[in-house]
Amino acid sequence: MRQYLSGTKAAAEAAKLAEVNVVAAYPITPQTSIVEYLASFVANGELQAQMIPVESEHSAMSATYGASLAGARTFTASSSQGLCLMHEVLFMASGLRLPIVMAVANRSLASPVSIFADHQDSLAQRDTGWLQFYVENCQEVLDTILLAFRVAEDQRVLLPVMVCFDGFYVSHISEPVDVPTSEQVKSFLPAFRANYPTLDLTSPKMFNVMAFPDSFEEFQRDKHESMRKATKVIKEAMDHFAQIFGRNYGMIETYRTEDAELVLVGLGSMMGTVKASIDILRSEGLKVGMAKIKAFRPFPFAELAEVLQNAKAVGVLDRDISFGSTGIVYQEVLASLKHLEHEPLVLDLIAGLGGRDITVDTVVKSARLLQEASEAGYGKDRVIWVDANQDLLDIWKVGAAHVG
Amino acid sequence: MDLPEEEFVAHGRGGCPGCAAVIGARMATKISGKKTIMINSTGCMCVNYGYNGAPLFPYVHSLFENAGSVISGIDAALKALGRREDVNLIVYAGDGGTVDIGFQALSGAVDRGHRFLYICYDNEGYMNTGVQRSGATPYGASTTTTPVGAKAKGEPRPLGRKKDMVRVMAAHGIPYTATASIAYPLDYMRKVQTALQVDGPSYIHLLSPCSPGWGIEPKDTVTVARLAVQTNFAPLYEITGGAAFKVNIKPQKPKPVREYLATQKRFRHLLAKENESELELIQQAVDARFKYLLSCENS
Ligand SMILES: Cc1ncc(C[n+]2csc(CCOP(=O)(O)OP(=O)(O)O)c2C)c(N)n1
Ligand code: SF4
Repeated sequence: MRQYLSGTKAAAEAAKLAEVNVVAAYPITPQTSIVEYLASFVANGELQAQMIPVESEHSAMSATYGASLAGARTFTASSSQGLCLMHEVLFMASGLRLPIVMAVANRSLASPVSIFADHQDSLAQRDTGWLQFYVENCQEVLDTILLAFRVAEDQRVLLPVMVCFDGFYVSHISEPVDVPTSEQVKSFLPAFRANYPTLDLTSPKMFNVMAFPDSFEEFQRDKHESMRKATKVIKEAMDHFAQIFGRNYGMIETYRTEDAELVLVGLGSMMGTVKASIDILRSEGLKVGMAKIKAFRPFPFAELAEVLQNAKAVGVLDRDISFGSTGIVYQEVLASLKHLEHEPLVLDLIAGLGGRDITVDTVVKSARLLQEASEAGYGKDRVIWVDANQDLLDIWKVGAAHVG
Repeated sequence: MDLPEEEFVAHGRGGCPGCAAVIGARMATKISGKKTIMINSTGCMCVNYGYNGAPLFPYVHSLFENAGSVISGIDAALKALGRREDVNLIVYAGDGGTVDIGFQALSGAVDRGHRFLYICYDNEGYMNTGVQRSGATPYGASTTTTPVGAKAKGEPRPLGRKKDMVRVMAAHGIPYTATASIAYPLDYMRKVQTALQVDGPSYIHLLSPCSPGWGIEPKDTVTVARLAVQTNFAPLYEITGGAAFKVNIKPQKPKPVREYLATQKRFRHLLAKENESELELIQQAVDARFKYLLSCENS
């Protein structure tokens, strides 16, 4: 059935369709309405679940892993400061190999305060052992949360998953969304039965005990290997998803890359704008294509390398920055190109931080910078602040001089 | 009281000799039995109990500060799955994990009314990291972060006495809170039994002497724990329904606090002649507090 849903409503609908047993969450803009929708589903009896309105995000993640460890299908949602407050517990959830699914409405991090989108919050959790999917629109939010449960609960994976979408751009925009029936969902995602060790009186086990230097590394390696194996599981799940729901997703989505000399790579909602911009640039004769990274963890090294092997230059649109280094996505893209015979020129195009709109102009400018760099050969700074306002920077300096 | 022969905390555990926290866990699990799921927050007990050997009931070491929220999730999940009946959910956590870093999670969990028993084994410091002060360290105690020196006399505690966790918990309005001591095992175990029977959150604060942390001989654990009660330094009482007080032990002639303090290296400096006034203040505080507890009982 087609319904007009916002991203947050789509996320809540997905959790309802997945018939989660326990939801524990804490409000934070722009994620809040996910929790509110779920609370109302439970209050109306539309969803048979226990809802725990915890007192912090640290507790949201803690209650979620407690519930998952006790054998329940669990869901939570967060953003920004809340996600950071969970940081410690995220490692615990992945280390205990619990198939928790969390919706993340991406939002930047203080200081200064901003409630608007960029990818700094979830990318800062990159190394916590969670799978990370980045999605572009409301339909993809709903579909990917269902996919996330399926992948997380696969015995070959058993790791938690974050489904990330841009705050406001996706969370608060309503779009027509095809909402599957619960029968359809059940044929893709069977009713939950924990297939991992749980807190079970008939088979007592100890969890999160000490590992000494003689075994700790092996646990970490096992987690890493499971994450790598997840690539296969994700592809299988996506194929099955396509059969049932008729919508097809891959580890990465490409647009007009077949003959592209320049390729723009990035995550999330901006990739819709990138597609539109590519049509414009193509009509002007520039051979540009797009690769949207859907699965950021596990990182699709092989898939990306294949798409980029004939590109002359690659521009990575980074809606984040690893201070003192480069954008985070850029580092990953570079790593995936290491094995190509002809390594293309790669530029890191930082843009859209703190909710700054990534417009067609921004993308066109990025593509032109890429073209210039590619024609001139290398030599420029690889990190370019595409849409940073020089005037503002100057004002800041003048201000600083007065204060100083 | 009928106690099972079975031991749930035994066999090659890693605690120091004479550790009261281990004794307290052993006594509590004699009551809760096999139908228990236990959580330890990070601290001595997750090392003492939390590795080495097959468990007799399911066990999770949570993290330092989130035992209250982890048990909330377990409680909710068991309810959602229709398996909540007949399971005793117990958190067994140190004073650091309870009165300091885990305070928020505990307060949230009891506020939401999850059914579980929280036992804080109070050794009055962060012992697992090597005896640092906590929000439960008593006035004047020397720890590695409140050492005695030319300008310091141990834990300064400007507000006089340590965080009164039992009354804080009772103030949440939960059905049952109590203090306990391993030197009064029947009283303690009866309290565990009562706590496990109430419909909602319950809290027991167990004073737990610690040989390296307090500077006592392992053989003296029980004697010191008993003196804490006999001097009214750590009185035994319970509060039902968040309001009704009952003082369980009322020493006919309380021993002087000095006698209790003298058993422990951490208080040794207080016994010096120049600190006589300090000692007098401590005695007055202990007396006033006990009088207050009695007045609560009668009101
Ligand atoms: C977030 C965090 N901070 C610090 C620590 C280090 N740490 C481990 S145990 C502990 C003290 C525990 O004290 P308490 O709860 O009183 O238990 P005890 O050690 O006395 O048994 C500390 C500070 C930690 N594990 N996690
Ligand atoms: S340090 Fe103290 S609390 Fe920790 S195991 Fe030893 S005696 Fe017990």
